[in-house]
Amino acid sequence: MDLILVNLIDGLVTGLLLFMLSAGLTLIFSMMGVLNFAHASFYMLGAYFAYQISMFLGFWMGLLIAPIVVGVLGALVERYGLRRVHQYGHVPELIFTFGLALLIEEIVQFIWGKDQMPYSIPEVLNFTALSIAGNAIPAYKVFMIFTSVAIFIALLYVLTRTRVGMIIQAALSYPRTVEALGHNVPLVFMGVFGVGTALAGVAGVIAGPVLSTFPGMALVLGSIVFVTIVIGGLGSLWGALVASLLIGWITTFAKAYNIRMEDILTGIGFEKPVDLSEHMLRDLWTITSPQIADILPYLLMVLILVFRPYGLFGKRDA
Amino acid sequence: MTSQTQNLSRSRGRAPLVTLSGALPWLICTLFLLLMPLIFTSNSALTIMNQMAITIVFALAYNMLLGQGGMLSFGHAVYMGMGGFMCVHLMNYVEDMSLPIPLPVLPIFGGLFGMGVALIVGSFSTRKAGTVFAMISLGVGELIAACSVIVVAFFGGEEGVSGDRTYGLPVFGIEFLHQIEVYYLTAFWLVLSALLMFLFSRTPIGRMANAVRDNPERAEFLGYSARWVRFYSFVASGFFAGIAGGLFAVNYEILTEENLNLATSGSILLVTFLGGVGFFFGPIIGAILFTLLQTVLSLQTEIWQLYLGVLFVATVMFFPGGLAGVIMMHALPMRLGKAGLLIKPYFKTLVPAVISMAGVAAVLEILYHIRHAALGENEMTLFWVSFDSHSPLPLILAVVAMVAGFWLARRGAPEMAEAWHKANTPDGGAV
Amino acid sequence: MNAMGQRSRDGTPALQIEDLRKSFGKAEIIRGVNLSIGAGERHAVIGPNGAGKSTLFNLITGRFPPTSGKVRLHGADLAGLAPFQINRMGLSRSFQITNIFPNMTVFENVRCSLLWATGYRYSFWNMVNRSRALTEGAEAILEQINLTSRRNLPAGVLSYAEQRALEIGITIAGGANVIMLDEPTAGMSHSETDYIMDLIRKVTENKTLVMVEHDMGVVFGLADKISVLVYGEIIATGSPEAVRANPKVQEAYLGAVLEAEH
Repeated sequence: MDLILVNLIDGLVTGLLLFMLSAGLTLIFSMMGVLNFAHASFYMLGAYFAYQISMFLGFWMGLLIAPIVVGVLGALVERYGLRRVHQYGHVPELIFTFGLALLIEEIVQFIWGKDQMPYSIPEVLNFTALSIAGNAIPAYKVFMIFTSVAIFIALLYVLTRTRVGMIIQAALSYPRTVEALGHNVPLVFMGVFGVGTALAGVAGVIAGPVLSTFPGMALVLGSIVFVTIVIGGLGSLWGALVASLLIGWITTFAKAYNIRMEDILTGIGFEKPVDLSEHMLRDLWTITSPQIADILPYLLMVLILVFRPYGLFGKRDA
Repeated sequence: MTSQTQNLSRSRGRAPLVTLSGALPWLICTLFLLLMPLIFTSNSALTIMNQMAITIVFALAYNMLLGQGGMLSFGHAVYMGMGGFMCVHLMNYVEDMSLPIPLPVLPIFGGLFGMGVALIVGSFSTRKAGTVFAMISLGVGELIAACSVIVVAFFGGEEGVSGDRTYGLPVFGIEFLHQIEVYYLTAFWLVLSALLMFLFSRTPIGRMANAVRDNPERAEFLGYSARWVRFYSFVASGFFAGIAGGLFAVNYEILTEENLNLATSGSILLVTFLGGVGFFFGPIIGAILFTLLQTVLSLQTEIWQLYLGVLFVATVMFFPGGLAGVIMMHALPMRLGKAGLLIKPYFKTLVPAVISMAGVAAVLEILYHIRHAALGENEMTLFWVSFDSHSPLPLILAVVAMVAGFWLARRGAPEMAEAWHKANTPDGGAV
Repeated sequence: MNAMGQRSRDGTPALQIEDLRKSFGKAEIIRGVNLSIGAGERHAVIGPNGAGKSTLFNLITGRFPPTSGKVRLHGADLAGLAPFQINRMGLSRSFQITNIFPNMTVFENVRCSLLWATGYRYSFWNMVNRSRALTEGAEAILEQINLTSRRNLPAGVLSYAEQRALEIGITIAGGANVIMLDEPTAGMSHSETDYIMDLIRKVTENKTLVMVEHDMGVVFGLADKISVLVYGEIIATGSPEAVRANPKVQEAYLGAVLEAEH
């Protein structure tokens, strides 16, 4: 029971981290119809910037400044890159963001090299917050949970309770009408893109110390984030939340509990072959759940797409 | 066409299959492929040419989706990789069983296997085009790439699977021990697959792929299901990607996870887009250029991928038609006989632009060297000159070249634009 | 070219609509439409803006599924069929907003529209440019719609009227015997309208024509039967004279327009 609680917390941390990325991504998608392939690259930039700033000004200034820098960069990318490519259609837009992801990775390597950065959690948070049945829960994890929940609430508040949020929501469905009402829709787009990338930046700042800051970190998380919003339903914020948590928990639990395919197969009445070494299905027999934990999200996505092509919360014709 | 040939073919209800003007480019290319090894005889050159040929087949297959069908795939390496894995297994199996399957026909099995995988994946991934298709292709690609570490029996785990292409009896006395024999085998498959893909684009399904790309809804109201049109294009593309995989297996005799992953899928997108998706020959020049960059430039500089990234992003932003698009932009001035007008302004603008870019590259190289070279290693070589990277002079020179080149190029740009406009306007106003 | 042509002789209406309804959310846009269009008829659907004319078209052609009711083409139920399946049964339509293949040449546009009807289906063993029948068929249609001189231009660069003509060409190319045109003359000048009207008359000879149109000149010039759709219901159907004289129509819609005409 206690172990379950520990895993629930671990899964929650992963899920909320994923959500910080997927929220921005899905918001940008529903607004502009473009999936930002470079979204995870902004997450990586967040981590690197925060590392660089923390060297001079400490972790907290990094947490404050780095996302802003990332957001400004994101807005500039929208203004001078995406808006230009937009005229060619959605597929070139997607290709552009894909190229951008490659380019950002190369630029990061150019500046910081290929090695992992010694970006670590601040001293203040380097203690055990609580301990459940002998399993220590570090304070930093609690901090991550609170940060992401706070951001989510702030985002929800802005979107549903403020004037800016109203304009954004209206611009999502009726960009032309909103423009005719005198609002600067391109500016709104730029702002949403900036905020979305800044969110990814925040995720990078707080994930960098625990998931390590290295040039491949965008790639590691990038595809999972896409999978998340596809499962949740493209453009659905709630879908992104549910899918993020789902993926967080599934992978955590799959890693924590060693479920062996062998047990399942014998459990339902198959007999294990005596000599596995040359058996055709030997890989099937030896599969364990930690081994496949990382591909479970992809598997889930394929299943979702086959049986519910518009995702968990997506609209049918998204 | 003369009226005589017209009458002749009308009696059969068909235009002739082969016309001289249609066959000429193919004959020239084939001749070129035959003669290449006589010019570049070294083994490393043959290796590069083999790689080029494989990349061309793969890029053309990829463009059946992207250029002709408007489907952006982030996981197309899977079909090439699966075809390749299948071929390596087949090599080993045929060797063990002494089956009479000669090496030259092996790629066809790679193609069939790639097609089989495409059949399964395409059955659900081609329901939608655009973003949804792209995402599914990414997910499936990552899934299969990740599976390769788990399903050891087929993918061989981390070290992959390897085979031996000299397994069988010699075919007409050829054992495929030497690189040159493999080259001609690859070249044969290159010409065959390129020709088949070209012809595919001329079939009803190939034409409708264009229509569905442009306007899927209208195509539905013409009696075609957009989904099935996409599906057939996808399957055909999977087939030719599988052939590329088979050729890869014959060439390298080993396949690993790397042949399936996102990096490989991404690079074929890069190759195809750089070359140009709008024209059949686009991916071909893309593949040639990319392979050259990859093999030649990577020997010269450590940051070649940075240049490639910049080139790619710049292409997407400013030349969405790719290199082929840029070339074909000059078709009208050529036809009007006004291409000559462009030479001088091009020279005046592009030469400073090249100098400026060389300056940028030099700045980047020097900075990179300062930052990442081992401590105390101050000597670097750039553009065949050796100097101390920490002394300010080279950096200043590079910055000067960058700024001056840029300034000159900008000054020449209006003249070039004007010349461009003039070269594209027919005399007297009418075409 | 098309086997459907003969079927209409036995008296089955070409198109029969039975109590068709469509709601979007709470709003019922089509509220029980009944309509029977005989083979060879030229039928115009008119009505004020927002009456549901385009929705009716979209329901008939399978673009939207109806909430309830039936559509029969030559007696066959179209329920649940996709647009491409309906098209294969001999019904072809144009769109209110020009809907062509802008990046393909004019000739390609027409040729693609011929492919299915010529029996090529999803063939990947035939070369389209080798078939004389296809080339000549497409050229004949280009001739009919007067776009022969534009043959090799990308369709996207044509003028608006030319694009509308091309759209009609694409619509009739497949040899369908029921042609549905959605506001074919919308946004055109007088001379362009006359030109398109002649064109429609020419290319729909011996076919069933159903069209939505705002221009009363076109409606009375082309149609031999008119239905008036108001708020999702057909309030009158009949010959142009009968509809013109119908007091309900006068009241609901036509009055002002007709006064302006005479």
